[in-house]
Amino acid sequence: MPRIIVDVMPKPEILDPQGKAIARELPQIGIDGFAGVRQGKRFELTVEGEVTEAHLAEARRAGQELLSNPVIEDVVSVSVAED
Amino acid sequence: MTEQQFNLDTVEHAADTPDTELPWAELGLKENEFDDVKKILGRRPTAAELAMYSVMWSEHCSYKSSKVHLKQFGQKVTEEMGKDLMVGIGENAGVTDIGDGWAVTFKIESHNHPSYVEPYQGAATGVGGIVRDIISMGARPVAVMDPLRFGAIDHPDTARVVHGVVAGVGGYGNSLGLPNVGGEVEFDPCYQANPLVNALAVGVMRHEDIRLANASGVGNQVILFGARTGGDGIGGASVLASESFDDSKPSKRPAVQVGDPFAEKVLIECCLELFKGSVVEGIQDLGAAGISCATSELASNGEGGMHVDLTQVLLRDPTLTPGEILMSESQERMMAVVSPANMESFERIMEKWDVEYSVLGEVNDSRRLTIEWDGEIIVDVDPRTVAHEGPTYQRPYERPEWQDAVQADRFPGSEADAARPAGTDLRGAVLELMASPNLCSKGWVTDQYDRYVQGNTALAQPDDAGVVRVDEQTGLGVALSTDANPRYAYLDPYEGARASLAEAYRNVATSGARPVAVSDCLNFGSPEDPAIMWQFAEAVRGLADGCMELGVPVTGGNVSLYNQTGGQAINPTPVVAMMGVLDDVGRRTPSGWEADQDGQAIYLLGETAEELDGSEWARLRGHLGGLPPKVDLAAERQLGDMLVNMSRDGMIDSAHDVAQGGLAASLSEACLRFGVGARIGLGEVAERDGVDTFAMLFSESQARAVVAVPRSEEVRFKDMCTARNFPYARIGVVDAENGALDVQGEFSLDLTELREAHEGTLRRHFG
Amino acid sequence: MADSSVTLETPLIADLGQEAADSRLARVRVGVVAFPGTLDERDAARAVRLAGGTPVPLWYKDSDLQDVDAVVVPGGFSYGDYLRAGAIAAKAPMMTAVARAAQSRGTSGSSPLPVLGICNGFQVLTETHLLPGSMIKNDHLKFLCRDQRLAVESTATPWTAAFEPGEEIVVPLKNQDGQYVADEGTLAELEAEGRVVFRYAGGNPNGSRNGIAGVANARGNVVGLMPHPEHAVEPGFGPSSSGSGPVAMRSGTDGLRIFSSLLHQLVSA
Repeated sequence: MPRIIVDVMPKPEILDPQGKAIARELPQIGIDGFAGVRQGKRFELTVEGEVTEAHLAEARRAGQELLSNPVIEDVVSVSVAED
Repeated sequence: MTEQQFNLDTVEHAADTPDTELPWAELGLKENEFDDVKKILGRRPTAAELAMYSVMWSEHCSYKSSKVHLKQFGQKVTEEMGKDLMVGIGENAGVTDIGDGWAVTFKIESHNHPSYVEPYQGAATGVGGIVRDIISMGARPVAVMDPLRFGAIDHPDTARVVHGVVAGVGGYGNSLGLPNVGGEVEFDPCYQANPLVNALAVGVMRHEDIRLANASGVGNQVILFGARTGGDGIGGASVLASESFDDSKPSKRPAVQVGDPFAEKVLIECCLELFKGSVVEGIQDLGAAGISCATSELASNGEGGMHVDLTQVLLRDPTLTPGEILMSESQERMMAVVSPANMESFERIMEKWDVEYSVLGEVNDSRRLTIEWDGEIIVDVDPRTVAHEGPTYQRPYERPEWQDAVQADRFPGSEADAARPAGTDLRGAVLELMASPNLCSKGWVTDQYDRYVQGNTALAQPDDAGVVRVDEQTGLGVALSTDANPRYAYLDPYEGARASLAEAYRNVATSGARPVAVSDCLNFGSPEDPAIMWQFAEAVRGLADGCMELGVPVTGGNVSLYNQTGGQAINPTPVVAMMGVLDDVGRRTPSGWEADQDGQAIYLLGETAEELDGSEWARLRGHLGGLPPKVDLAAERQLGDMLVNMSRDGMIDSAHDVAQGGLAASLSEACLRFGVGARIGLGEVAERDGVDTFAMLFSESQARAVVAVPRSEEVRFKDMCTARNFPYARIGVVDAENGALDVQGEFSLDLTELREAHEGTLRRHFG
Repeated sequence: MADSSVTLETPLIADLGQEAADSRLARVRVGVVAFPGTLDERDAARAVRLAGGTPVPLWYKDSDLQDVDAVVVPGGFSYGDYLRAGAIAAKAPMMTAVARAAQSRGTSGSSPLPVLGICNGFQVLTETHLLPGSMIKNDHLKFLCRDQRLAVESTATPWTAAFEPGEEIVVPLKNQDGQYVADEGTLAELEAEGRVVFRYAGGNPNGSRNGIAGVANARGNVVGLMPHPEHAVEPGFGPSSSGSGPVAMRSGTDGLRIFSSLLHQLVSA
């Protein structure tokens, strides 16, 4: 069944302790190529049948009203899974 | 920084451009205040100076409306009150000598508005902020407590705030390894859009480890360490438009600070190591107003001056302007003053804990605070004018006209009191009371907090006070309780504040501890409303008078004003945190009777009058009017002294105070504490006091406690009461066989049923 | 960075260096690993001391085990646990050393190092792959602190040898990510080999598979346990009940027996 992917990230200006912790650990395991890490959330909304514009609109609304906390997070993308 | 993204408003530029428009009003300054700033400087302020003055002269930082009243706490003092006080009001937190070379510091603060906007982060950073206050005194934090007040339990928005706040308090405190040992939870529609999140922290240290935050010693380094500086909490600063000429940068800075408890845990250990090795002259925590506050307070408290290079601040967001950096409230940051000789040790400790730091500047003898940016001076002020000599207001206050009508509306005889329960109906009334939002079990909340960590918790919720061991060899420890009765304070702010004080005092004494110090968190509506200002003035006067009568000093605290939405203010909410000392926490008194106390006599200490105005029962019937219960602090002091002595001498095995919900609540809680029943007879005592059984159970008369006395101690117990001329009455026995609260001739309540009612309420509402 | 100034005890609070009564037990050195976000290391050290042994602080950045006879990885939030609980801590030099010693063949007849991971320490041991399975968020999604009844299901570990099989104990539980999960094959293997060491009794508090509260590795020397025995070691400061019934308020000390068991095993070995 097709899925709609909603990606949520902490707002750029908001402190992201998770990303900070991971960024500090990467060099410890020998990965030096990255200047920063930010950690977000991915949601998969399963649709029965075809994904319609209405589904996408609902997914956007879900993203704004439930999946993200608009005070500290942004919905950065709403897309249909390729598979 | 490679390219300038804003106009740098230097001191020189400000002197040359006196007529530049500045957004002082948007930053919250009043016209007269802005004029004062210009007068102090002899020119217009630079954008950075304006940022500093505006945050430091805000109500929150300057106490400009409240300090004329708060000074009573320093004036109404006796010799007795000062004898254990090592550091008084005015420092980050007061310090009390508890004996054996130990000192304790504790403080309570509000984080109300942020917790409404973003409940999880607001509550979390509230815990973080108060803990940093404790660390900056040189103490190891050992426990936290959180009095919380929410809107109506069934309002659609309440669950959002409750879930976020409780998870935030737990998420931060649990991650710091601090046991949460008590607090309060109240639901009332007056807090609907103005929840109160107050946070208390307590820390311990040896006398020689006490540190005061000041910048002294010319040449000493000023160092910022901990988290990097980002745009947290500077929503207001975005109006510093004059600084910005790049329209593409984020127009709105986040007003919400996000906490990182792991960073704070590391800061705790790191600061303790700095103190232990005497590596720092002083440490100042960064809270409200961030670097503005830290630099001006450190410099103002020291004897000299300070120079700071703001470009040295490590940034999380490189687009921040100097004004924004000065105002940022990014969490988990500290400022240290370190002598050049100790720099190497300082750096070693930072490296050990992987803490980032940068040297911002140094202490000098200029008596000025100067701040530069890329080699240009952008701040040149007398730090005292920023930190301590802000505006002071004598706000008009006046007893509101409606107060008379409120006080005349007594509960007895009112429509709400029409069907006063009697006989077997009392059973249902007790069940209803114990299941009500304000008297139900708060286990749903406190089970989300760690009360075990550190292994020194001797008492925690649901007992009357939290008790924490300080010295593992001797058992020396402290007890803490926070209390407020905003409904009483609404009816009479002076008496209501004294009742809050009395209750906190009684709770600490009930646990077996000698009350020694107070910290308070005063939550009120807008000081610009003379009626609210009157509530505030009366409450402060009540607390100051009351502390003098009880002989315990106020060591610090916090004021939170403007807790109102439109014209609707919260009930005046003076939260009192009382600290007491136990020579051996092993002797602490439980709040209920255990099974092995079967057959012990239950006594009620104190007298009961028909005092139902403002009571929990009246709240259940939707009534708020009349006069609060009479407060007799001499009786409270007598009662407290007896409870402490009786506990120490083994005359009582359990004790529970009688407060909200009256004797009905006390007896129910004492039975539920360990699931052990009691047989109670109220006939004689009701006759002695001239009240009916209903009033006996539901009246909230003060200076009362329920105690369980071993048979062998009854004579000594009665002798002590008689010698002190304190009213007592034997009202029943502990009955471990029969799992019920049995009030003879009236009703019997099975403890399983009572527990289900008591524990089901919060679960039902919040899952 | 080796830093001998790192101490586990809190000189501000207590002197944990008291002389232990039984000198044979006192010679047993039990390492207590501390990460920057570890919270229960003082409690774990106190438990070792109250059981009669000598606690030895081990700092995560070091890799010298300091000749300890056993290791406790206590609870807390080792690195803030922002990625996965225990994930980053598992990569610390000290954990590499602990893992090596715990898996050693013991060629000279010496047995592999006994290791107990408590709460976050258990999570660290699963991330180090010393123990199977993993922990996810509690099924009720909240942090939960309560006194928890456990059945000791296996006595074939040094940490539980002093118990009777099936005996019940009460120790505090406190976590948000305490739900033990593993694939069906692993669960079947754990059950078949008797490697479920502790199982929740009187109700599953977090949805853990098969009610599992603690497991052992195949050799039994490495044990992970979600609840906190180190918080039930001292009368007056523990839970208010024990496996054998009610006790005076906060006077349950069932947890102490886990530490005693280890010390006696090591002394009699």
